[in-house]
Amino acid sequence: MTNHWVDIKNANVIIVMGGNAAEAHPCGFKWVTEAKAHNHATFVVVDPRFTRSAAVADLYVPLRTGTDIAFLGGVINYLLSRDKLQHEYVKAYTNAPFIVKEGYEFNDGLFSGYDEAARTYDKSTWAYEAGPDGYARLDVTMQHPRCVLQLLKKHYSRYTPEAVSNICGTPGDTFLKVCELIATTSVPDRTLTFLYAVGWTQHSVGSQMIRTAAMVQLLLGNVGMAGGGVNALRGHSNIQGLTDLGLMSNLLPGYLTLPGEKETDYRKYIGARAFKPLRPGQMDYWQNYEKFHVSLMKSWFGNAATKDNNWCFDWLPKLDKIYDVLQAFELMHQGKLNGYFCQGFNPLASIPNKAKLTAALSRLKYLVVIDPLDTETSCFWENHGKYNDVDPARIQTEVIRMPSTCFAEENGSLTNSGRWLQWHYRGAPPPGDAKPDAEIIAGIFLKLRDMYRKEGGAFPDPILSLTWDYDIPHSPAPEELAKEYNGKALADLADPKDPAKAVLRKGQQLDGFIQLRADGSTSCGCWIFSGAWTEKGNMMARRDNSDPSGLGNTLGWAFAWPANRRILYNRASCDPSGKPWDPNRRLVYWDGSKWTGFDVPDFKPDSAPSEGMGPFIMQPEGVGRLFALDKMAEGPFPEHYEPFETPIGTNPLHPKVINNPAARVFRDDMKDFGKSRDFPYAATSYRVTEHFHFWTKHTRISSILQPEQYVEIGEDLAKEKGIKAGDRVKVRSKRGFIEAVAVVTKRIRPLQVNGETVHHVGIPIHWGFKGIARNGYLANTLTPFVGDANTQTPEFKSFLVNIEKA
Amino acid sequence: MALQSLDITRRSATTTPSPSQRKTQEVVKLIDVSKCIGCKACQAACMEWNDTRDKIGTNHGVLDNPMDLTANSWTVMRYSEVETGRGLEWLIRKDGCMHCADPGCLKACPAPGAIVQYSNGIVDFQEENCIGCGYCITGCPFNIPRLSGKDGKVYKCTLCSDRVAVGLEPACAKTCPTGAIVFGTKDDMIHHAEGRVADLKSRGFAEAGIYDPLGVGGTHVMYVLQHADKPGIYHGLPKDPSVSAMVTLWKGAVKPIASFALAAGVFGAFFHYVTKGPNEVSEEIEKEFKDEK
Amino acid sequence: MQVTRRQFFKVCAAGIGTSSIAALGFSTDALADVREFKLTRSTETRNTCPYCSVSCGLVMYSMGDKAKNAESSIFHIEGDPDHPVNRGTLCPKGAALVDFIHSPDRLRHPEYRAPGSREWKRISWDEAFEKVARLMKDDRDKNFMAKNGEGATVNRWLTTGFLAASASSNESGYITHKVVRSTGILVFDNQARV
Repeated sequence: MTNHWVDIKNANVIIVMGGNAAEAHPCGFKWVTEAKAHNHATFVVVDPRFTRSAAVADLYVPLRTGTDIAFLGGVINYLLSRDKLQHEYVKAYTNAPFIVKEGYEFNDGLFSGYDEAARTYDKSTWAYEAGPDGYARLDVTMQHPRCVLQLLKKHYSRYTPEAVSNICGTPGDTFLKVCELIATTSVPDRTLTFLYAVGWTQHSVGSQMIRTAAMVQLLLGNVGMAGGGVNALRGHSNIQGLTDLGLMSNLLPGYLTLPGEKETDYRKYIGARAFKPLRPGQMDYWQNYEKFHVSLMKSWFGNAATKDNNWCFDWLPKLDKIYDVLQAFELMHQGKLNGYFCQGFNPLASIPNKAKLTAALSRLKYLVVIDPLDTETSCFWENHGKYNDVDPARIQTEVIRMPSTCFAEENGSLTNSGRWLQWHYRGAPPPGDAKPDAEIIAGIFLKLRDMYRKEGGAFPDPILSLTWDYDIPHSPAPEELAKEYNGKALADLADPKDPAKAVLRKGQQLDGFIQLRADGSTSCGCWIFSGAWTEKGNMMARRDNSDPSGLGNTLGWAFAWPANRRILYNRASCDPSGKPWDPNRRLVYWDGSKWTGFDVPDFKPDSAPSEGMGPFIMQPEGVGRLFALDKMAEGPFPEHYEPFETPIGTNPLHPKVINNPAARVFRDDMKDFGKSRDFPYAATSYRVTEHFHFWTKHTRISSILQPEQYVEIGEDLAKEKGIKAGDRVKVRSKRGFIEAVAVVTKRIRPLQVNGETVHHVGIPIHWGFKGIARNGYLANTLTPFVGDANTQTPEFKSFLVNIEKA
Repeated sequence: MALQSLDITRRSATTTPSPSQRKTQEVVKLIDVSKCIGCKACQAACMEWNDTRDKIGTNHGVLDNPMDLTANSWTVMRYSEVETGRGLEWLIRKDGCMHCADPGCLKACPAPGAIVQYSNGIVDFQEENCIGCGYCITGCPFNIPRLSGKDGKVYKCTLCSDRVAVGLEPACAKTCPTGAIVFGTKDDMIHHAEGRVADLKSRGFAEAGIYDPLGVGGTHVMYVLQHADKPGIYHGLPKDPSVSAMVTLWKGAVKPIASFALAAGVFGAFFHYVTKGPNEVSEEIEKEFKDEK
Repeated sequence: MQVTRRQFFKVCAAGIGTSSIAALGFSTDALADVREFKLTRSTETRNTCPYCSVSCGLVMYSMGDKAKNAESSIFHIEGDPDHPVNRGTLCPKGAALVDFIHSPDRLRHPEYRAPGSREWKRISWDEAFEKVARLMKDDRDKNFMAKNGEGATVNRWLTTGFLAASASSNESGYITHKVVRSTGILVFDNQARV
């Protein structure tokens, strides 16, 4: 979230799209009902299904699954063609006036630079034109035919209301109603917030759906504002934290990135990340990259990391490609992976195409599962009749299962969607011999280290030198680990303004990332979390909920990264002169000598407005990007591409380029995609409010509230197929079938799309062959093995099925 | 709890007056259907607080589950997909005891002190006094109480009298994510409801209103309805509920005749009656017994 | 008001019951007391809901006062009223958390499943750590890639992968990342997307 949960109450218009906040995040959704009740906000839900969010919406807007870019592209076209922009904001705070390099083009569904064989783009033309001073060129009148605003107009001129209606199936008048409502927030004192979740991310064009919303918000001047922003409602309690800590193939903590195998030169590695400013006078915060990186390496490798060995740069593994979870299961399926660890993760249920996953896991030599629960993944080799029909005797995988504690049995912090790190406390011992995750990891690591010490082996240096100065080595305390990622001074740190004084003494905890150094005198395990545990103690455990501004920024509650900031880009809530756009949303302001206010300014605190520093300080040009340059795989502007399994078999905008041309598709999976003639219905899979993923089927009350697997279909389709509510039905995709009870509802209506009638089939995901709820089929039996081109998030939200009475 | 136990307005089948000198604040649980997202948090919190667990059932082709109130489920969400002038509306009503000011259950109950009404308005069942006759079930105009197959006693929502007694709100009201359930004094809740009705009217719900039916003397569970003129569309919420004919008759004309009959020595028949209950109720009871077993 | 003959008798009978019990000397001092408030003297611990990313504040109530001879057990959980986001509320999953903690499907001991076997075998933690470390070391020693085909130093291990959690704490995540990277693993992901 750029903003945070409570801030939703400040919105005037709330759009839930690509998510179902009322069902998946009920207690955060309360701030929607607060905005309605106390801010007279209008609440809109855009979704293929009339969800429980829609039940309390002022306006429900149907659209076909997978067509959100068409819808939002239509909104952009509406705003541009009717001149409903926050003009001053667009001019000063976005790259609308920037001139794009000659050679950039978009024709018939493809941007310039496409390589069909590699399914990738050469992105060299997706760049700004450089002026003689080396900086990007601007046309402040925004009339230049190659300035971003003009290119934007041209790109989205195709997204007329008629085109939107034809692709999305949204009735034209309803679409225009939404556009009008959105446009009301282009004034400085009204804001719109978008609340989305995996209803956007889980598409082959998911990242671009989110970008389109971000572009709408930039055009309306709603980014950085209280009650505005683009707000990802994350699905798990600490998936924000785990992502922040970089537990992904290509990341290091704090969104630092691992080197590729062509980046074996340390200076080049740093240089490629510490971006040069693209405009004069910009803060360009990533210029500090090396400070973050060196401090991380000091944290991990201690005295072994020296200037002379480039802070152990060679020890970091170098990437040849990204090894996301789809890639991992592809390799496993090919027999190229021998061992796999699943820590609190149940991929047999959570990754698409169960048949492929089972085959893949069966080819492993060993599988290690660390979990509090009896998961399907740990038991993939067990025969559970029709729900998991495998022969254990033929599965040669060794499985070791280790019981971990749950939240109630350990101290620690979780990072919520609003980036708050909140500390929690152990209330009881775990059942049996279960241990906290950190202790399990320590147990494995210490054994491994001992073996390398005694036996030697392949490149043991990083294992032997890993810092491990925990008081009880086999049980690192959460408090010790939190202090480690916060960082500390490894030597006395001199005050940059008065070198005679020390800001911190050797061994003291850092106050924040501003104190980090690139000379090895600081350590910090995750720079964005720095400030979480300072000399003042555990800032994550703070419990002062006072809210002096009434805007909901409780700065004394827990700790928000970065630097306890609650609303990102909040400098943009003021006009260029430093005065809030809306006096009722006074987050920060320039008081004549410094930036101050009710939030921690997302800005250089002493940079006067006259200096012209842009509010988007992480960007080298200081402004928000309507044109994404080379940051996205499939183009600098989002374009509508159909899901890989499309019910209409074409792309009405460009029939030659139907799906995302830059999405990675493994060869063997291509043959597993279905066609609409065999699988005519658009399916989408989702959570329901009574359950949480694959956990609560182990929970008695949750199992009582929604005991048995079901699918949802509309009355028209039910009638066509002779299905009545309560009948058992079989739902089939190219990859397999499930059986479930049919819920027949008025809440799913057929849509008219490109001259055809499209029916949706809704598939809740929560049941499986384990748990105390009624056993069922894992819903991912049906879903396709393809992901978003940027993040590889699987396309769980749009695929094709057929349905019949069982 | 001693204080609370003395603040009694009336007790079932008791002729001696209840200690009623004190008057506590009248409380109300207000359920704003227009804010309800049907998440069933109230159902979960109710079971969790009251230490009841229903059986794990099956799906019946709808989202409702459990399908009906039981001796373990004292509240259930009832989902209605209704076409109105505004298009499709999904009306989701939390069903459970209404805590009537004039409680039909209490009036019908033959077991002394099995049903009490506190001066704060809560109608509470004292299961240790319950004889399982099921009269309260017939007496209830909202079809709420349910007989347990396990102990042969009747259960329903207590409005968390144990929490209210120590100054807390009921578990369902506390947990409700959207504030669709709120709890407070009757005056405050009426004020709150009026604000909600005004908001709904501003959003085009011309018939929005408060449900606090007079036929049962008003209730201590009230609804805000978008369509207060048509309570029936909310899964059959009765338009004009009233205490049933039998119970009213008993309280009025029949009582002297019945007393006379007692004098004439029909005690045996009566005893049979209260232990076995009337036919209609027995069938329901038997069904519940079966379901629970 | 229409009353059938049968209803009339029914009402009479009910009436008899009511007055008769009192008339025949049954106690009218029937107990009228609310259920005992179940949280009195329990121990409160603050926590955070482990489900979605709203991260609602919780108050967990456990049996026992943390005395040496009492084993704590959580028997009730409700929302933390001071928490700025959830303000005491919990969703249906959160309100049912006590059943998650006490789920019959919680794992209690390390277990091992041998190749081709149909069952789990209980093992000790030491055996579990030993087995896992040995499997890792054998695979790593065999397949670790110090240099790629072009002779560049890559120091990576591609034949074992690691999927990290979505609900473990930052502290667990941090130490997991630290350990995983020290081995050279690149097949590394978390549950951010699913």
